[in-house]
Amino acid sequence: MKTKSNIERVLESGQLVVTSECGPPRGADAEVIRKKGKLLQGAVDAVNVTDNQTSVVRMSSFSACLILKEMGFDPILQMVCRDRNRIAIQSDILGAAAMGINNILCLTGDHQKFGDHPRAKNVFDMDSIQLIQTVKTMRDDGKFLEGEEIKGRPVLFIGAAENPFADPFEIRAARLGKKAKAGVEFLQTQCIYNIPRFEKWMEMVRDRGIHEKVAILAGVTPFKSVGMARYMKNSVPGMDVPDEMIDRLKGVLKEKQSEEGIKICVETIQRLKQLPGVRGIHIMAIEWEEKVREIAEMAGLLPRPQIV
Amino acid sequence: MIVADRKSLDEILKMLKPYKKVLLLGCNECVTVSATGGEREVGVLASELKLSRAKDGQEIEIREQTLERQCDHEYIDQIRPFVGDYEVVLSMACGAGIQYLAETYKDKTVLPAVNTTFLGVTLEQGVWSERCQGCGECVLHMTGGICPIARCAKSLLNGPCGGSSNGKCEVDKDLECGWQLIIDRLKALNQMEKYEEIIPIKDWRTSRDGGPRKRIREDLKL
Repeated sequence: MKTKSNIERVLESGQLVVTSECGPPRGADAEVIRKKGKLLQGAVDAVNVTDNQTSVVRMSSFSACLILKEMGFDPILQMVCRDRNRIAIQSDILGAAAMGINNILCLTGDHQKFGDHPRAKNVFDMDSIQLIQTVKTMRDDGKFLEGEEIKGRPVLFIGAAENPFADPFEIRAARLGKKAKAGVEFLQTQCIYNIPRFEKWMEMVRDRGIHEKVAILAGVTPFKSVGMARYMKNSVPGMDVPDEMIDRLKGVLKEKQSEEGIKICVETIQRLKQLPGVRGIHIMAIEWEEKVREIAEMAGLLPRPQIV
Repeated sequence: MIVADRKSLDEILKMLKPYKKVLLLGCNECVTVSATGGEREVGVLASELKLSRAKDGQEIEIREQTLERQCDHEYIDQIRPFVGDYEVVLSMACGAGIQYLAETYKDKTVLPAVNTTFLGVTLEQGVWSERCQGCGECVLHMTGGICPIARCAKSLLNGPCGGSSNGKCEVDKDLECGWQLIIDRLKALNQMEKYEEIIPIKDWRTSRDGGPRKRIREDLKL
């Protein structure tokens, strides 16, 4: 093992990895994180902590990671390139590693236009692929970006995300190939609703042999209602929700829709688990953390191996 | 060319409030081509200002003048004989021209009549589009002749991000995704192998981040 990451440990044991995410609150109340954490205890191997997702200001990912770490979790520090230059990024990487964070997820970041501070200046000193290279250089070569030696290397397991449903489709596997070349070790995908398209993407990934270098965790998000499904389809960039899913939710009584949403999610996981190259499941239950355990249980993902 | 937008009449009137004698200066270069600050626009703005001020009972005297350029001493010096007759200079040139006037005539207040926006091209009559951010280290040879710095909303060197949808950018559904354009072009040129290469982290010293830039050609100096 290169790191102390629980994700790496579970992967090495040959089991499917289960991750979920926890969005920090828009305030300084640590209890919010602890409450969300309690809902996930024992249900996952690691927890992503989002970094000002959708460009809305929230408690920092790093602080929320520390709160979860105190609870016994193995948090995944999400880091976007929108808000920090290479000085701040390298500094935060050192700080996270110093406090026992074992995983980092390297992301480009949503444009600030979507958030609560659309008048902000963005940074994008580097992109997500260059961020992967940065973490890898710091960890494996023990060097800062300008080549100076690091005393005390940051030992982090390196992750990234990819959206198999964004355009242009034909380069999505090639782009993952660039991330693999840059040194990424695990990958979480955008929520999968269109399974045939995901299968096609996985085929392209396997053709390039990327699945052997990068552990791919397939992402799922349960629908709470047909309204949420429609919103995801029409208003979230790069989201692919097939009409038959909307029809299926529409076909049940309103009070039964969330139950149907969970069922769809569990069925999706069961299909994804069978796909060659899929090494884990990333369950993103957006502001619905209480359902993660139930989904994991129904999908046959529990119990999780103990975190050591 | 450098593209600019004229400021609103209200904003210009507000800036000119304390003044009665104004030298309004257009520029015959970029801002003429982008129909913002050439001779014609000088005439239009002067009429608008005079009308508004007359309506408020505050007459204004405006001398209209359009220089060949406002970014060269040779032309800026042409106003020296009469600039002293005016309380203020209102320039319709780009930000470079406005500043060069201000530093040339140190005791004169120089006001901007336009917002300078970008380096771009004329797509069609009345439509301009950004193409270059003057970063000082061109990568167009790697990206099919389409600039990721200027044309990707996040200036990604290894795009596209996950927000590219049907060829459009996540920032605005009418905005083309710069990386979709790059990929289409690389495909058309049969150069997709270039996409497989990771473009390294950029050296921003050549851009604004290195501080205000200056270029010296010793061989051309007199």
